[in-house]
Amino acid sequence: MYDYDSHDRRLVNERVAQFRDQTRRYLAGELSEDEFRPLRLMNGLYIQRHAPMLRVSIPYGLLSSSQLRMLASIARRYDRGYGHFTTRQNIQFNWPALERVPDILADLAQVDMHAMQTSGNCIRNVTSDHLAGIAPDEIEDPRPYCELIRQWATLHPEFSYLPRKFKIAVSGARRDRAATQVHDIGLQLVRNEQGELGMQVLVGGGLGRTPIIGEVIRDFLPVRHLLSYLEAILRVYNLLGRRDNKYKARIKILVRAMGKEQFAARVEREWSSLRDRPELTLAQDDIEHMKRFFRPATRAETVNSAPLDAALAADPGFARWYRHNTVEHRQPGYRAVFVSLKAPGVPPGDMTAEQMEHVADLSDAYSGGELRVSHTQNLLLADVRTDHLERLWRELRASGLATPNIGTLTDMICCPGLDFCALANAGSIDVAQAINQEFDDLDYLYDLGELRVNMSGCMNACGHHHMAHIGILGVDKKGQEFYQLTLGGSSANDAAVGDRLGPAVPKQDVSAAMRTLIETFVELREGEEGFLDTYRRVGLEPFKERLYATTD
Amino acid sequence: MQQLIRNRELVEADRWRLVADEESLPGTGDLILPLDRYLEERAASDDRGSGRRGLLVDGTVPAEDIAPLLPELDLVAIRFPSFADGRGYSLARQLRLNHRYTGELRAVGNVLRDQLAYMERVGFDSYLLEEGRDPRDALQAFREFSGYYQNAPLEQLPRIQRRARRKAA
Repeated sequence: MYDYDSHDRRLVNERVAQFRDQTRRYLAGELSEDEFRPLRLMNGLYIQRHAPMLRVSIPYGLLSSSQLRMLASIARRYDRGYGHFTTRQNIQFNWPALERVPDILADLAQVDMHAMQTSGNCIRNVTSDHLAGIAPDEIEDPRPYCELIRQWATLHPEFSYLPRKFKIAVSGARRDRAATQVHDIGLQLVRNEQGELGMQVLVGGGLGRTPIIGEVIRDFLPVRHLLSYLEAILRVYNLLGRRDNKYKARIKILVRAMGKEQFAARVEREWSSLRDRPELTLAQDDIEHMKRFFRPATRAETVNSAPLDAALAADPGFARWYRHNTVEHRQPGYRAVFVSLKAPGVPPGDMTAEQMEHVADLSDAYSGGELRVSHTQNLLLADVRTDHLERLWRELRASGLATPNIGTLTDMICCPGLDFCALANAGSIDVAQAINQEFDDLDYLYDLGELRVNMSGCMNACGHHHMAHIGILGVDKKGQEFYQLTLGGSSANDAAVGDRLGPAVPKQDVSAAMRTLIETFVELREGEEGFLDTYRRVGLEPFKERLYATTD
Repeated sequence: MQQLIRNRELVEADRWRLVADEESLPGTGDLILPLDRYLEERAASDDRGSGRRGLLVDGTVPAEDIAPLLPELDLVAIRFPSFADGRGYSLARQLRLNHRYTGELRAVGNVLRDQLAYMERVGFDSYLLEEGRDPRDALQAFREFSGYYQNAPLEQLPRIQRRARRKAA
């Protein structure tokens, strides 16, 4: 992973000192509430329902074991002993005291971490494929480009007071695991006919109140022009994006209003004055330099497959976990292992300090001391020898981190909801738990195949409900918590926004409604067909009829 | 009372004077005119006094619209209606980089300490602080960071590249 040098470290330390002074001036009354708000947001600090919430940046989801240990230590010393991993591959602490946030930031800086630009109307943490660098379907490792973007975007002088937040995702594989089509900018690494590396550039995707699939404005951007082209897009947005209504301020609304062609032409025009600027052009040396940080470890030895085969044959529990919670690695003899943060009875994405420390140790022992956060709110140990898998499984199981449910209905994406978030209209964690209890038969879940269920506690859509095969959106009806269901969404290559099923259902009926939808699917599916394929074949009506006939 | 910072120093006596829309045009002095007024006066007469010329615009004005005026201007003031409105940053950079404007570039309006360093890095060199702000305190803003990832206006390359090339050399 990227290794800070003295300049990176100094910048982060100076940011801590700056924020400490800003907090002091706010507490002394020298900065008004309105003046302090964007300053604290640009450093990841929200004022929430019960307490401030601090969101710490995990650039493109990559984490070292020592960083995870520090997160555990922060959870214990400044919070209530746990943290919550988010869909943007970051972590949130829900209970820090405002006055102590500068101290938390100073502790983070010791392990080369920060909270810069995890909120506010600026360029947010760039996200990527959790299988970057190991996926067999990879065209090129996206992480060097993610890091180049991270550095370019950090404290960018021109783009720190944008109309609204701005999210960039980069995918380097054939299968899009980074949801590039629902980002303000989505970058897909591609090769042209000459074999040169470039990027397909999408703009204007997004979730929130107005979910929109992004559009391609450039089929092939040579990688050396990455930064100048981003700069051109951001400048057009900064100048022309709406600032009169925060719900219409995202770039997707601008792209819609201008039309894709107009917008693209405007970007190209702006780019014409930027594309040859030396400071925005990446030389091959710059790229090679960055690639060095992400080079896979060279491993000469071949891994004996006998221990794995024996363990798979001996223990059905292990075999089940292996099948669902580990995925293929580019190098034979290795697997990537999901650490499931979706155990029954636990809020999705939550992890205790003890679990973090245990997993940090496991990553040192089995996976090169590195970890990844997936946008589905799980962790990954990406480089595990297959002859170590059984031991690792036993360890993970001891910490409640081996629930073999990755990719199943209970591997839900879920926002913190009404219990924590000041924006939420409805609870999400308790509904997720009710669904988890309703579907406690793992074999039944496996038979259903891959099923993405996402839940948001309000229309801001932090839980990506639009992009789920089955989406659940919490709404407020005269003070009561209701849930709107959507079907058929996807954030993969076949991205689609889910369709609204019908009237929202009351809280106590959500898990029964899920049961009805699943039963309908089981009746309608052909062979091993997945939920999304069935839905696309039969449409909304059969689901609608069944659900509302039974709840009438 | 408003306070001016120019090139990271407090300015006690600023010679520039902003002419309000309804005010009649003084015959002498260094005057800053709002864009519409500037164009009006420019069209009306060649003789516009002996003083230096300044222009006041909002961040919403397209850079191309004022580009033809730049050769005759000694100062461009960009108004920030709210410190959270970032359009002025892009306009400043377009004037400096695309149109090679080299005169004074002044930030006016809701100009506060915590944005000054960002403003300097897109090419502003003077800042009219809002009333009631401590200008000495504001000067600290320029010293908070010793370096950035992006290139400063006078540096040739951003850090990513300087470092990579140093290592390659």
